[in-house]
Amino acid sequence: MSSPRTDNAGGGRSSPLNLPSPLPLRSGFSFLTARAISKSMKVLIIEDDAEAAAYLKKAMDEAGHVADIAGNGDDGFAMADSGDYDALVVDRMLPKRDGLSVISALRAKGDMTPALVLSALGEVDDRVTGLRAGGDDYLTKPYAFSELLARLEVLLRRQSGAEQETRYQVGDLELNRLSHEVKRGDQTIALQPREYRLLEYLMRHSGQVVTRTMLLENVWDYHFDPQTNVIDVHISRLRSKIEKGFDKPLLHTIRGAGYMMRD
Amino acid sequence: MKRFLSAFNTTAARLSALYLILFSACAVFLVFYMTGSAARFLVNETRTAIAEEVRSLGDVYRDRGLRVLVREIDRRSRRPGANLYMVADNAGRILSGNVIALEPGVLDNPGWTERPFVYARFGDDLSVIEDPERAPHALAQVIVVDNGMRILVGRDLGEPQRFREIVRRALITALAFMAAGGFLIWFFVGRRALQRIDRVSEASARIVAGDLSGRLPVSGANDEFDRLSESLNTMIEKISTLNDGLRDVSDSIAHDLKTPLTRMRNRAEVALAGDDKSTDYRTVLEDMIGEADQLIKVFNALLLISRVEAGFSKQKLDEVDLAVIASEVQELYEPLVEDAGMVLVNEVEGPLPIAGKRELIGQAVTNLIDNAIKYGACPNGKITISTSRDDADKMIRLAIADQGQGIPDTDKERVKGRFVRLDESRSKPGSGLGLSLVSAIMSLHGGKLELEDAGPGLKVVLSFPAAKP
Repeated sequence: MSSPRTDNAGGGRSSPLNLPSPLPLRSGFSFLTARAISKSMKVLIIEDDAEAAAYLKKAMDEAGHVADIAGNGDDGFAMADSGDYDALVVDRMLPKRDGLSVISALRAKGDMTPALVLSALGEVDDRVTGLRAGGDDYLTKPYAFSELLARLEVLLRRQSGAEQETRYQVGDLELNRLSHEVKRGDQTIALQPREYRLLEYLMRHSGQVVTRTMLLENVWDYHFDPQTNVIDVHISRLRSKIEKGFDKPLLHTIRGAGYMMRD
Repeated sequence: MKRFLSAFNTTAARLSALYLILFSACAVFLVFYMTGSAARFLVNETRTAIAEEVRSLGDVYRDRGLRVLVREIDRRSRRPGANLYMVADNAGRILSGNVIALEPGVLDNPGWTERPFVYARFGDDLSVIEDPERAPHALAQVIVVDNGMRILVGRDLGEPQRFREIVRRALITALAFMAAGGFLIWFFVGRRALQRIDRVSEASARIVAGDLSGRLPVSGANDEFDRLSESLNTMIEKISTLNDGLRDVSDSIAHDLKTPLTRMRNRAEVALAGDDKSTDYRTVLEDMIGEADQLIKVFNALLLISRVEAGFSKQKLDEVDLAVIASEVQELYEPLVEDAGMVLVNEVEGPLPIAGKRELIGQAVTNLIDNAIKYGACPNGKITISTSRDDADKMIRLAIADQGQGIPDTDKERVKGRFVRLDESRSKPGSGLGLSLVSAIMSLHGGKLELEDAGPGLKVVLSFPAAKP
């Protein structure tokens, strides 16, 4: 945590391009320890690149998760089918059987284990194909492990049904999804529609790391990589609205990864 | 010899050979047909004349008796250029006429016969062709009158035969001349074509050898060779432009990618040289990751540009509202612009339906606003997004204008290229790929990217074809 790099150091060398790019992987995954809720999960990595798979497994281990590796589509399907996994990380191009067909075969058998598709193909249409085949999320290579882990956690949480709740609460901050009312203590906070949606997404995933890419995807529905700055500016505006005049910070910056709502 | 032969191995030569053969065949057919029918006509004329004469001789015999007939035949036989005449009794003895000998049996068959006859031609030199081999062909009619008397009248067929012979000889001579002429034309046309092609080959060999400034010769005759040369020259021009572009891009890649790689390497080296390991290592690794991210961004940008340029065109475009996209991006960027001390003004009036890819258009607009923040910065500056609809050419235009320094006219086309960065912007972050991506996205949409002066500032205009209602 002694890094001299500021949180948005990436902004200093931002290019005019908004394209998928990895977030830096911090050694030791220090940002993961900041997690309020970080249950251990059992993940199956279906990936033919042995080195990438081993590295991913190591990262999972360090983050406190358990990971198995399958080197091809057939093994991957058999292990996913018999094993009891919380989530799958599936490479799209696999020997013997491609990743998307593994997922659709599992879905056809009623197996709804959340699956994150990894692919070198990053176009919007590729993403749509990936999601249509039953994938729950899509990540373009090269990716940052912090991004991958953040997305996996969100996938797991999605299972728990946070989407259906009508009211989110973090500390004394309350968001009512029916009346679109945001209150901190007994003070009502007026938000722009987009700020509301940003806060709603952050609160739905409270206790989880939410990356800038995830925010741009879910709040703005754009799939290119944000200029780090663009999202940061929105966050800092939102932050000033929900934290100004209150002692306790709720919206935390997780260095090298993104943001987290946490009491 | 080889050159001589190769002159015949040209299209022109082959074509003239083909025409020569076809024309000769037609000429031969025509001449044979004409001489054939002329000869047939002559023979028919001859038959009619013979039949007439035979009938009149028959009348003479019936009316005035054998003596008068014999005398008449004798008289007719002695005329110059006389026909063949003969009268024989029922035993076959020749009573009168100029036919000297007959093959046996000729007189037994009344009617028409065509064969060699040995006869005396009193009119000329009274020569008698005795040799049956050389006897002239003649057409003759034999009729039988009372008492088994036979009268033969014939006509020498030498004349039509000679006529045919003359025509045939003339034809052969003409054909020979024609062949010779064709052969000469063939040779010269072929050689001329070959010379021009040789010049083209030589020029292209020089170009292939690397001299892209060379051009194929154009004679000015505006013929097919000139047209070919001209289109090849256009192609070479294009190749030359592409080649220059490639060289520029390679130079830029070498420069733009070498810098971060060198920095990475140097940082690692410095870290290894230092004493205090743990903190230095962390800093260096973090910086190296940052540099690597930047490199990946550049590669991603290049890949996206080429995918947009190449593959995307096959994809179907969706129906999108340009006004909605512009407002979304405006909303996303407004805080950033304000933080930079400027204002982002949205003058978009919708709806503006077009066929397009929302993500890509969004990315293009994002890049342009980003450029405006970076290069169009000025105190209290204004960045304006506006739209206009041109009903004349059915285009919808989206313009992003800043109040910065703008771009000189001479550079307006150049900055659309890959890795092109103007000198003033070298110090600013960026890869020089933003506008090339916008340009690629616009061509995918069948639209245009234009840079104009906003007076002061730069106005970037994106023109999209309006969606068909």
